[in-house]
Amino acid sequence: MSTSTEKEMWVTKLRKGWQKNLPVEKLLPDTQPAYVASWIYLFGVATLASLGLIIATGLWLSFEGASWYHGSNVGHFVNSLHFWSVQFFFVFMVVHLWGKFWMAAWRGRRMLTWITGALAFVGSIATAFTGYLVQSNFDSQWISYEAKDGFNSVGIGSRFTVTNFGQMLLLHVAFLPVIIGIITLIHVLLVRAKGVVPPIDAFNKELGERK
Amino acid sequence: MGIFDHFMNLRAVYIHLGWFQISITNLIVVLGMLVLFGLALFLPFPGNKKKGQK
Ligand code: HEM
Repeated sequence: MSTSTEKEMWVTKLRKGWQKNLPVEKLLPDTQPAYVASWIYLFGVATLASLGLIIATGLWLSFEGASWYHGSNVGHFVNSLHFWSVQFFFVFMVVHLWGKFWMAAWRGRRMLTWITGALAFVGSIATAFTGYLVQSNFDSQWISYEAKDGFNSVGIGSRFTVTNFGQMLLLHVAFLPVIIGIITLIHVLLVRAKGVVPPIDAFNKELGERK
Repeated sequence: MGIFDHFMNLRAVYIHLGWFQISITNLIVVLGMLVLFGLALFLPFPGNKKKGQK
């Protein structure tokens, strides 16, 4: 029988922490503060939507295979959808980053939100890089031969071999997307847990407490 | 195979300004992002006119 003096299991600690920091009302709120009524707040979710498209079209490409996406009209189209989703993903992410930078959105214990965002940015660049390496054309050959010198010069060429097609393909379709997915999930959960940061000059009661 | 293949096979055009060098393509993307940022800040957001606001 458990008594209050007994040590708590990690499951119990996790549940209590979760209930305290991210109750379902915070996870799925009905309303947002008045200051969120601006286009600039849509760029996070636009980035998220682009990421969804990237993953969906990427899965489609993987299931059909290279001879399909390099050799058929529909394959070319889905390949292009994948590519252009990435272009928009980065454009939206950069505008999102600028927006959060100029509103100093790391205020009020939101440092981890900023850090996970920065990690998502760097991780996305790595993922896009491996994507360019697996086009199996002269472009990817050129990029990998330029990049291998860079990787060798910083001493990580033997682990991260950019001319190894198999390694780059697996990193691109398996490892890196999972990492990006996990970082993004933590990022968005943190935003929900902390609530949207009030504007820098928001002393107004109506806008909530200044945190 | 048409205009896009022709376009893809062209060499990138670069702008050089002393130490600064950028392809026209990348310049267009960067300017586009700046324009998007400006629009996001200054365009009115639909449905944000509440009581007491003009
Ligand atoms: C995979 C890429 C990313 C996705 C999917 C993403 C998604 C989101 C979403 C949906 C929000 C809430 C809505 C909003 O305010 O726009 C948000 C907030 C935020 N993002 Fe990102 N983001 C990404 C990258 C970044 C980057 C690169 C940074 C900066 C380094 C960043 C910093 C922030 C911050 C600080 C907030 C919290 C703002 C607040 O608490 O008010 N994010 N993100």
